[in-house]
Amino acid sequence: MSTGRPYDVAVIGAGVVGAAIARDLARTNATTLLLEAGSDVGAGTSKANTAILHTGYDAKPGTLEARLVRRGYDLLARHAPEAGIPVERLGAVLVAWDEEQVAALPAIAEAARRNGYDAVRPLTAAELYAREPHLGTGALAALAIPDESIICPFTTPLAFATDAVVNGATLELEAPLLAVAADDDPDLHVLTTPRGVFRARWVVNAAGLYADAIDRLFGHDGFTVTPRRGELLVFDKLARPLVRHIVLPVPTRTTKGVLVSPTVFGNVMVGPTAEDVPDKTAAESTGAGLRGLLARARRLVPGLAAEEVTAVYVGLRAATEHGDYQIRLDPARRYVCVGGIRSTGLTASMAIAEYVCAGMRDAGLALVPRDDTRSVRMPNLGEAFPRPYQCADLIAREPDYGAIVCHCERVTRREILDAAAATIPARSLDGLRRRTRATLGRCQGFFCVAAVARLLADASGRSMGELLALDDDAAGR
Amino acid sequence: MTMETAAAGVAGGGADVTDVADVAIVGGGPAGLAAALELRRRGVPRVVVLEREAQAGGIPRHTHHSGFGLRDLHRLLSGPAYAARYVEKARAAGVELRTSTSVTGWSGAREIELTSPGGRTRLQAAAIILATGCRERPRAARLIPGARPLGVLTTGALQQLVYLEGQRIGARAVIVGAEHVSFSAVATLAHGGARTIALVTDDVTHQSVAPLVWATAGWRRVPLVPHSAVTRIIGGRRVEAVEVTDLRSGRVRRIDCDTVVFTGDWIPDHELARAAGLIMDATRGPRVDLALATSADGVFAAGNLVHAAEAADVAALSGRHAARAAHAFLQERRGGSAEPALAIECRPPLRWISPGVLGGGTLPPRGRFVLRVDERVWRGALEVSQGLRCVWREPPRALLPGRSVRLEAAWVASIDPYGPAPVVRVAGA
Repeated sequence: MSTGRPYDVAVIGAGVVGAAIARDLARTNATTLLLEAGSDVGAGTSKANTAILHTGYDAKPGTLEARLVRRGYDLLARHAPEAGIPVERLGAVLVAWDEEQVAALPAIAEAARRNGYDAVRPLTAAELYAREPHLGTGALAALAIPDESIICPFTTPLAFATDAVVNGATLELEAPLLAVAADDDPDLHVLTTPRGVFRARWVVNAAGLYADAIDRLFGHDGFTVTPRRGELLVFDKLARPLVRHIVLPVPTRTTKGVLVSPTVFGNVMVGPTAEDVPDKTAAESTGAGLRGLLARARRLVPGLAAEEVTAVYVGLRAATEHGDYQIRLDPARRYVCVGGIRSTGLTASMAIAEYVCAGMRDAGLALVPRDDTRSVRMPNLGEAFPRPYQCADLIAREPDYGAIVCHCERVTRREILDAAAATIPARSLDGLRRRTRATLGRCQGFFCVAAVARLLADASGRSMGELLALDDDAAGR
Repeated sequence: MTMETAAAGVAGGGADVTDVADVAIVGGGPAGLAAALELRRRGVPRVVVLEREAQAGGIPRHTHHSGFGLRDLHRLLSGPAYAARYVEKARAAGVELRTSTSVTGWSGAREIELTSPGGRTRLQAAAIILATGCRERPRAARLIPGARPLGVLTTGALQQLVYLEGQRIGARAVIVGAEHVSFSAVATLAHGGARTIALVTDDVTHQSVAPLVWATAGWRRVPLVPHSAVTRIIGGRRVEAVEVTDLRSGRVRRIDCDTVVFTGDWIPDHELARAAGLIMDATRGPRVDLALATSADGVFAAGNLVHAAEAADVAALSGRHAARAAHAFLQERRGGSAEPALAIECRPPLRWISPGVLGGGTLPPRGRFVLRVDERVWRGALEVSQGLRCVWREPPRALLPGRSVRLEAAWVASIDPYGPAPVVRVAGA
């Protein structure tokens, strides 16, 4: 059974990559469907990562990933301020702690040049400590990578998806793809989900951890996703003055290693660990992982020993057996696979969208840009830009922007009501956290969770009991 | 451009108005309100209390058991009745109580930035008392690994959900901790419809008192799991189980439950104190002298911000103490004492002593110092020495972690203010 008008393109997966693709499509004459298995946009791999906007200096030269990260950086750095996505261009320092690592630095600078990034500069130990005075002792030399930036991992996919919906795309949540079939019309795919049966001319597979399973539904068998678990520790905002740049280690053959970085929320983050796990739902933190990160954090920045840990995040990166993105177009079946998008996906998302749309256009899909599109500006969650509670004029117009409900993160009553009434509304406490930061702070809800849940319950027509038992993080895949 | 919300793309700034007060008190819990009352009693004209919640009263607002008010009001009240009584008294005494008002920063040495639905203002005060209280360390700060399901709470969140919002809380709960507040959580859970199936502590037994243990966990036959720790949380949408590790044998067992409550392990809510650049103490609150004066002239600290956590009435008495010192400061226009601030050192297993420095008079709040031990001492005698001279020794007694250990202050008068730092130790340890 097929229902409704067929879509020109269905995008499977509303993570940062799928949402970026849907946004580009919605800005053309194509009708677009965005299907998400979970209960919210950006609630899988996209929500728990190092949140860095990469220059791509360290990509493997000549790969598609290198090209799309480089292009994606430019696109997103330009788009972010217009869309209200917090970005801070802090720059990175890549630190060598022994002679072997010192010897590796020139090759890293050279690889950056081959990736088209010329701004890497060597730093002496003295120059490094002048820039990072709280860094642990023993650093011998470093590279400065001035354009590495931090970005909000929550706002980015939400901004893309909101833009897509505002421009006419249809978003279906809790709609995992169960089956694909051919329609009576040979030009159409029939997509079966618990939310209904949808028809589409083209299908884009941006299903992240599940891209391999979807790929097999379309008769391909090009790769297998082996989740790589990454645990992250987030330190109290009071630790923020201890770290000024993104502090990177010298990568080894097997891993990029553990970094220390400020976040756009004003915390300090340490991570990630890297561990291949067999289970695509194994987003659990481990005792060994957390203890290891804590020890590493205290060695890299000894001052962190005196600060509290505010939160622990665990993400699963969609790693495959291949060393590059797995983006493949099958014109005969009108199908694009966007697989193997690893931790660089946040940076590359807009370039991936551009690349995928160009590919579909070349394969015969008419994608004509519209001249009546609307741009969306999201509410700011970043500390480097004015937050509502800081804006006297705004509070004078709307007093609830002066009513702080979540005290640690300074989230106001009106921001919570806004999130409940957004284009893509918050449907759970986790969804609310990603839209407002409410309860994400050092008290983790000790002071405010009852008040926050009450506000969301009343504004969203859900019961508090439902909100407190509804967990889209663990159940949403 | 479509603005997703009215706050999207706004610019900061706007008109800031500056207001003045004799004393500004940050925090309208027991310590802050008791301080305000004391200042009004002493005739200080303009006393402003800034409370970020819609109702003043602090933690007792949602602590429904009895036992409040004994030491300060000389009667026994429930938490909400106690909170209401302080609010009433403060209003009657002419305290200016501003609720839904957050202190969001400092704009001068004794000038604070306020944010409320009424707008952004500044308040300049001749003296400031910080009484911002404390909170329990949540799961993340304790680095408890595992999944992140719903149903993981602190006692503070639990109390608010049950008593302020009337929510039912699961069916089977595991409590982490076995101090006073942990046993209060047993009663709150029962009120919310949940049975406590275990209290897990790393100590050899609980750190509370027999009557409270009996009134909550004892008659309900809640088992105490000693020398153990919750080492993993299991669950999907909601908690399904915890793994509990015996710290002696390393044996791991699974306890099925749908709720985990992290209790105690208090930390002062010290953001504003640190934002002011105050010298901090091992209590993780601001370092104070015997008058509860901080390292900044005219800025005092009171209650559980100084050291966490005491009962509400003890916090209130600390508020009164700070108020007396603030009043003296207003009259003399000078801070602290003329003598050098002499830090008190303490030796393991003592973690900290509060107040942490001498000066500001001869008596700390309630005439005693408060200490914490890191581990249980069955029989230990507190001993104070300066150099080679032993100046005080208390009779031996049990010293329990998570509980306040008191030390009489009579020895302060015999300390040479120009001598070496006095040292407190547990004799024999």
